[in-house]
Amino acid sequence: MHNKTIADIARDLHSGEYSSVELTQHMLQRIEQLDSTYNSFITVTQQQALAQAKAADERRAAGNADFWTGVPIAHKDIFCTNGVLTSCGSKMLSNFVAPYDATVIDRFNHVGAVSLGKLNMDEFAMGSSNENSFYGAVANPWDTDRVPGGSSGGSAAAVAARLVPGATATDTGGSIRQPAAFCGLTGLKPTYGRVSRWGMIAYASSLDQAGTLTRNAEDAALMMNVMAGFDAKDSTCVDQAVPDYRAELNNSLEGLTIGLPKEYFRDDLSADMQQQVRNAIAEYEKLGAKVKEISLPNTHLAIPAYYIIAPAECSANLSRMDGVRFGYRCDDPQDINDLYKRSRGEGFGIEVKRRIMVGAYALSAGFYDAYYKKAQQVRRLIKNDFVEAFKEVDIIMSPTTPTPAFKRGEKTADPVAMYLEDIFTIALNLAGLPGMSIPCGEVDQLPVGLQLIGNYFDESRLLNAAHQYQQVTDWHLHAPADIA
Amino acid sequence: MALDQNQVRDIAELARLQIDETQVDEYQKNLSSILDLVDQLAAVDTANVEPLAHPLDAVQRLRADAVTEDNQREHFQQVAPATAEGYFLVPRVVE
Repeated sequence: MHNKTIADIARDLHSGEYSSVELTQHMLQRIEQLDSTYNSFITVTQQQALAQAKAADERRAAGNADFWTGVPIAHKDIFCTNGVLTSCGSKMLSNFVAPYDATVIDRFNHVGAVSLGKLNMDEFAMGSSNENSFYGAVANPWDTDRVPGGSSGGSAAAVAARLVPGATATDTGGSIRQPAAFCGLTGLKPTYGRVSRWGMIAYASSLDQAGTLTRNAEDAALMMNVMAGFDAKDSTCVDQAVPDYRAELNNSLEGLTIGLPKEYFRDDLSADMQQQVRNAIAEYEKLGAKVKEISLPNTHLAIPAYYIIAPAECSANLSRMDGVRFGYRCDDPQDINDLYKRSRGEGFGIEVKRRIMVGAYALSAGFYDAYYKKAQQVRRLIKNDFVEAFKEVDIIMSPTTPTPAFKRGEKTADPVAMYLEDIFTIALNLAGLPGMSIPCGEVDQLPVGLQLIGNYFDESRLLNAAHQYQQVTDWHLHAPADIA
Repeated sequence: MALDQNQVRDIAELARLQIDETQVDEYQKNLSSILDLVDQLAAVDTANVEPLAHPLDAVQRLRADAVTEDNQREHFQQVAPATAEGYFLVPRVVE
């Protein structure tokens, strides 16, 4: 049962092949047996999952089942879940039980999905390796000495290890696409504003976006059919009609124009990585697509701009963690300043403190124009590059990451080396564009990701292009060697 | 741009973050290398470029000034460590 996709499971539940309770028990048992190796879950909601599964089976017996009724998923621990620990991977929120559900959670509950629990992540979504969690590092199921990518590393490892067929995730600078690439999965970061951020703990509000980690594009479309759409509770959520993403999967790619940005096929990208990505593009040409070289000349400025904008926004968002109203509080504070400083000093990990300090510095008097305003101006230049490119092409393709999954500890001493891991993903967040990563090959028995970049609100085209590739290739069917 | 150790201590104070004296050296190194990375921005000509604060250039949506939420005080207070007479109790830190 655990090797089935979301689409398979929905079909099997509908035909009575097994019940949701049987499936949920099987998945929970698998998590209990295997997750000590991967550390992908922070909280397993066993009793709640079984109660949801029982309710789903009853709903089906009564003839009221939806497509999703009884299908198991799990959620990144950044989404608030009513009555369940919502830690965001941090000691700061290690005692925080949310009293409400995020909109994304609410929507999955509404269609009758079963939640198996909350997935591990880099603290407050800050990281590219999932080594920055208060709950410990997550192991990549393809090679447990390697990182699964961050910050949605728990979501990626759980799906890759077949502990859950699909998971929610979030992407601020590449945190869905990079772990998708490292774990051989299909990851979708939608357009900024396409999915509600309400109840999702904020890191950098103008960049954060919720999305999906699944085994294939069809499952991503099925999850997006639940998640996408207007939410009055999120003032940045866009009020625009949502297509049926699954219905668009089988469109022909004949005549599709693919842009290949020369800045993303750099000389320092290994020949093996380049080859895998070029092979994938050749498959697209066989499917009828045309290829055109394009230029995104401000690409090299994406990381510097991001590492001003994201820390500036995080220093503001995380100022609410002050030891007073919720979350971790230090023992025996001497005065209010001591309470703030020690609660925050003891509650936050080193990477979070680093980013808060960069943000506080960039926003401080005298530096605002030189850093923050400048970065927002460069952000517009980066967006304009994409706007120009999409006048010529329908979709843009590139590698997702410069390398396959690296070893744990390999980059922890040098934050700038770690930041460069997101070099191909970060510009999309600054521009607010949708992006996907799909498996397109292997190097040294580790998965390689192909990044697909779409125009605003063009998730259907991305999912269609990914699905058509997955009809003629089998990289998405490859699994880690130890997964039975 | 390289920061000195006093600047690191000042930034930590600004951000209300206690950092160990033993970590100041590492923060100085890491923050300086991050600022070196972002200093590339200084060379870009951005005269007449409007800053982009929202990726879709959207403006804030407004709504009628009306109460739309139910009062859920009892539900929210169930997860609080301490409450009394409908209020949240917070340990005294200011004499």
